[in-house]
Amino acid sequence: MNTCIKKIRELSADLLEKGEVEKVIGFAKGTIPMATSPIAIQKKQDVNKLVFNSTCGLNLANYVSKGKGKIAVVTKGCDDRNIVTHIVENQIQRDQIYIIGVPCTGMVDKPKIAALFEDEILEFSEDNDTLTVSSLLKTQTLKKQDYLKGNCFYCTHKNPVLYDVLAADLVEEQKLDNLFPDVDQIETLDEDAKWNHFENLTKNCIRCYACRNACPLCYCPTCFVDESDPQWVGKGQDKTDVNTFHFLRAFHCAGRCTDCGACVEACPMGINVRDFTRKLNKDVLQLFGWEAGLDMIKRPPLDTYRPEDPDDFIK
Amino acid sequence: MILSNKQKGYTMKFITIDKNNWTKGIDKSRETYQLFGPVKDENGCLIKKLDSDVQPDMGYYESVMSAKSVLFPQTEKILSASLDESLEDHHIMKRAENDYSPRAVLGIRPYDAKAIALVKLNFDTKEFQDPYWCDAYDVTVFVGLGITRPGPFDFSTSVGTGPFCEDDLDILLADLDDHYLAKILTPKGDAFAITCGFDTMADEKESQVLFDILRKEAEKNITSRVEINKLKDKTILDLHEADFWDDLAFSCINCGTCTYVCPTCWCFDIQDEARQKQAFRFRNWDTCMSPLFTRHATGHNPRGTKVQRVRQRFMHKLKYFLDKYDQGIMCVGCGRCVKSCPVNIDIREVCNMMNAYEKQN
Repeated sequence: MNTCIKKIRELSADLLEKGEVEKVIGFAKGTIPMATSPIAIQKKQDVNKLVFNSTCGLNLANYVSKGKGKIAVVTKGCDDRNIVTHIVENQIQRDQIYIIGVPCTGMVDKPKIAALFEDEILEFSEDNDTLTVSSLLKTQTLKKQDYLKGNCFYCTHKNPVLYDVLAADLVEEQKLDNLFPDVDQIETLDEDAKWNHFENLTKNCIRCYACRNACPLCYCPTCFVDESDPQWVGKGQDKTDVNTFHFLRAFHCAGRCTDCGACVEACPMGINVRDFTRKLNKDVLQLFGWEAGLDMIKRPPLDTYRPEDPDDFIK
Repeated sequence: MILSNKQKGYTMKFITIDKNNWTKGIDKSRETYQLFGPVKDENGCLIKKLDSDVQPDMGYYESVMSAKSVLFPQTEKILSASLDESLEDHHIMKRAENDYSPRAVLGIRPYDAKAIALVKLNFDTKEFQDPYWCDAYDVTVFVGLGITRPGPFDFSTSVGTGPFCEDDLDILLADLDDHYLAKILTPKGDAFAITCGFDTMADEKESQVLFDILRKEAEKNITSRVEINKLKDKTILDLHEADFWDDLAFSCINCGTCTYVCPTCWCFDIQDEARQKQAFRFRNWDTCMSPLFTRHATGHNPRGTKVQRVRQRFMHKLKYFLDKYDQGIMCVGCGRCVKSCPVNIDIREVCNMMNAYEKQN
């Protein structure tokens, strides 16, 4: 992944020079350690602003919208599956978009790294699987594999599924016996403990909606929480209202979520919002054999009816 | 340093507080004061109301959220009415019965108190006084803790505050390992210290010298800064039409993080809710990043695009506020938004860009 940025810049410069795309959407270097920022490059001479590293945890499919011209976008495996989902859901047309696919070796869990330090991190660098992180008080060398984001840890689609060009060689996909051990664990809790788990999960939520706004699936022109006529949900810190937002948003993502983890990456309060969406991902996989964003032709399970669909819930 | 009204006419003094007596004193104050302070949990550190068995975490490094919620909760019940038509006063909104017994907020960063002073410019004017905020302000004692190790995102010294700034504090503490040296700045602070039983006087001259040394040392460690000297002379229209807003706003996802973590953002929304035979009026934090913030009942939205909203936030903080009150910019340099923004929009860069902007003819 360290060398792919050279290729990303070359490809971008070429696309812009030939006028094949209007802009290239990628990541730029941040102003603080472990931060990157989505950027749209429109001029060839600006391609050196592009970076790609293990801190590019947001999902760039979120920045792709219907427009007149063609745009290029740099995608990881998960971003790429969201582009497919966008196409399936008729948000963009395939020929509107030029995909620079990046076989991904995983993004880092920034809060987990920050938690190792008593003071603020001042420098972060990486060399393949080795991370070097320094604060004023100490420098630590870490194995990237031990500090992957939760979703990257369970990822089985590191390689882009749909692309026009690759920025690096494909990587080996990991084979997991169980894709959802974390969900299984919550499922074993009794009713009260489960309730407490989710109550505790959202207790610090400030309703900034960073999770929703970082999510490529949340493109509704007006979200149900912002609807004011009629108003569906209270806007304050009442627990029921806070949880209603989280529950409904999760259900709205059922069969569509690629577990990219942008929601968790964006949350300023460190809430693992994926505890909601992953249960639904597990259900959709078990009930319909479906993982989002792998197929441009098949209709998603919540879009269609088949006579053999499970109906055990009808008593 | 600007003396706040409550600091005027009071001769400050110094006391020392042995850390072995700290908890006992704080617990003693609970009989009179509702306490607020830093509390750490698995998601970071927040300034919260302290339950009777919870001690403030005075050793915290940073808090994700500021102390603004002590006076301005994210959701606050302000009015209530009965919907029971058999009652004479049904449907008549009355002020909700909130608890305005004395409060003390412990261990806040000095710039968070400065932020309260900036918010006060808006909530407590000659013409209008926000009763909820002002009543809470009047009963609150602000106990600050000087910052000896400023973080890399702290740019407080370039925006008129700093790690040992005394503005709007009632007490400023300096952590000296086994004890705190406390500078009592107001009668309110004095009353709180007396309630805690903290009364070991310290030598005034020596203590002030020590405070000065600590302040200078801490200020020296602040490397992050912004330039604000030219903002005042810019015209609003020039800045409004500057060429950098589109690029700046591209990455913004329009969440409310920057405004909610900001100690000086004070915009709110009013909501009415009814439960059975009771009606309530609440005010909630609102955010200029949300399209709903300005959407009219007709459906028209004067600030309908993302770039307009991003521009509004920075223009308000760095230009409109400065022009309106002439008390500096509406930012205390805490760096919370820099750190929490999911897409790394950095107010320091924006501020410098605005300050350096020259209109091209």
